[in-house]
Amino acid sequence: MPIMRYAEALRLAMAEEMERDDRVFICGEEVGQYQGTFRVTEGLMDRFGARRVVDTPISEIGIAGMATGAAMAGLRPIAEFMTWSFALEAMDVLVNHAAKITYMSGGRITCPAVFRGPAGTGNQLSAQHSQSLESWFVHAPGLKVVMPATPADAKGLLKTAIRDHNPVIFMEHAGLYAQRGEVPEDPEFTVPFGEAAIRRAGSDITIVSYSHMVGSCMKAAEVLSQEGIECEVIDLRTLVPLDMQTVISSVRKTHRAVVAQEEWKSVSMVSELASLIYEMAFDDLDAPVERVGGPSIPMPYAKNLERAAIPNEQNVIDAVRKVIA
Amino acid sequence: MTTTALKEIATDKLEKQELLDLYRMMLLMRRFEESTYRKYREGKIGGYLHRYDGEEALVAGIIPLLRKDDYILATYRDHGHAIACGADPRSLMAELLGRADGCAGGKGGSMHMISPENGFLGGDGIVGGPVPIALGVGYSIKYRGGDQICACYFGDGALNQGGVHEAMNMAALYGVPVLFVLENNKYAMGTSVERSTAQTDLLAKAKAHGIQGEKLDGMNAIEVRKAAHRIIKTMRETGKPYFVEMLCYRYQGHGVADNPGQQKFYRNEEEIEKYKQLDPILTLRNTLFSQNMMNEADEELMEAELRQLVEDCITYAEHSPEPPMESLFENVFSEGSG
Repeated sequence: MPIMRYAEALRLAMAEEMERDDRVFICGEEVGQYQGTFRVTEGLMDRFGARRVVDTPISEIGIAGMATGAAMAGLRPIAEFMTWSFALEAMDVLVNHAAKITYMSGGRITCPAVFRGPAGTGNQLSAQHSQSLESWFVHAPGLKVVMPATPADAKGLLKTAIRDHNPVIFMEHAGLYAQRGEVPEDPEFTVPFGEAAIRRAGSDITIVSYSHMVGSCMKAAEVLSQEGIECEVIDLRTLVPLDMQTVISSVRKTHRAVVAQEEWKSVSMVSELASLIYEMAFDDLDAPVERVGGPSIPMPYAKNLERAAIPNEQNVIDAVRKVIA
Repeated sequence: MTTTALKEIATDKLEKQELLDLYRMMLLMRRFEESTYRKYREGKIGGYLHRYDGEEALVAGIIPLLRKDDYILATYRDHGHAIACGADPRSLMAELLGRADGCAGGKGGSMHMISPENGFLGGDGIVGGPVPIALGVGYSIKYRGGDQICACYFGDGALNQGGVHEAMNMAALYGVPVLFVLENNKYAMGTSVERSTAQTDLLAKAKAHGIQGEKLDGMNAIEVRKAAHRIIKTMRETGKPYFVEMLCYRYQGHGVADNPGQQKFYRNEEEIEKYKQLDPILTLRNTLFSQNMMNEADEELMEAELRQLVEDCITYAEHSPEPPMESLFENVFSEGSG
């Protein structure tokens, strides 16, 4: 199986789907002539032309509207936001239009659009460019939310997103673009939504995470394993739909859980996950669920401050020790 | 606004039947809206209710000329657009009453009328909401190489929302066939155009984006219809966007909650009366009479027919069941993939 970077896997997914289906096109800032801000769409304009790889002005509402309207009229657009931070400009289109048109129309209109781009924290990008906003979208009914952690998932989940009949919020992680991994070449390889992956089997505690944070959880599990604590690490892969069955099965086995992500902890996905574990498996728990997340502060610039504001491997280790103790 | 009240309008090039159909369409919209208010007062229609009384010519003048494969988008003041596109008016009344046979199964209500089979992709509850969507619909037409157009209706208030300008800029940049129809009824809820923008020439805002356009007297149905023939023909040939500023007036409040007691904060009775004298339906009626295209007997016949039609809509809607409870969780997502 070929080894490729996460960004290359995303590009391969788009290229394959554009070959497969003429309704698929890309629009966004610097996606064409500039070859993509993070080179995710590199070469695609040369290959598919300006009709299918559309450079846009810096107009996030326009980009989101272009994708939503084209999807409502039967195309399969992929809108790229330069970062999910900039997508805040387009929240009305995403939440009040793309997410709701299927329900508002009694199912008579669909919106099969993918909205993708880098999310997440890090790289001293400071307050307006470094944040993890998935909970905003998970909160809005009608949006599917996908956050791949590996190159193979990046490809397989993006292909599923493009083929899905619904609007999909596809949040990549800028810190993963260069990560390498095995990626199936088969153009029919897809990864289904709503199926979490057990990245490491363990019997003592369940760690639930997704996206870049899965890597930190895996490192934490390595360290803890040397102390004799065996962690089961679950990568949710998609937040909507959410595979709680895999989480609960694991918790019933380990009786302990930590939920971890780099977003603000307050009113977050990790809060939701902890609540769901309590609701669905309270009697199976031997200890309270511990949440790992960021403090409620805008992301600072200075290296030392930023390091303290982004949840890391050590936070996961500390949380596990607290739950096990 | 040019004064056309009660004076004869040139009917050149429009056949008698087209004018009678135009008149009937506007009258149907008016009678339908009047009945929705009755049903609202009876407590059978809930939520917001935005009436189109006075603005009928904007829709009746254009939408019946569109093909089934064209597209239409509108705001929350959308009952007329749905009627004119050819949707079954019974399904619209059923939607207003929140019934299972409503055009959206009772999930949309007054602000979210739809008729996809007639190209109407829906009323939109956000003032500038339909405009960025129209950009995408227009791009889909260009993408597929068709000669359809997307008629996108929105009010004067929308021009003060940023997304509208993003979308107009991009529509002009890509050259997509969106017909922007500005329903300039002078007020964005209770705030007049003059109190919302220093550039009160709203057509200039479209031209600033490189979109060609014109102003039309929206109280003059014949002028709108004649322009619509010309504009639609041109757009099918060029595939380019076009902008029409319709000067018009709404007789009723912004919504039913904007009652006369509320309206006194932004307009007076004299102004409303002045525009009622310019009523597009009354104006066309007088033209039809003076041209011997319609007489009192014809008029009474048409009124009776429409009265019956609206009654049928109400009967149909009132006999339609409430949506089944299992539908509550349906249509959040579409099933399947492709």
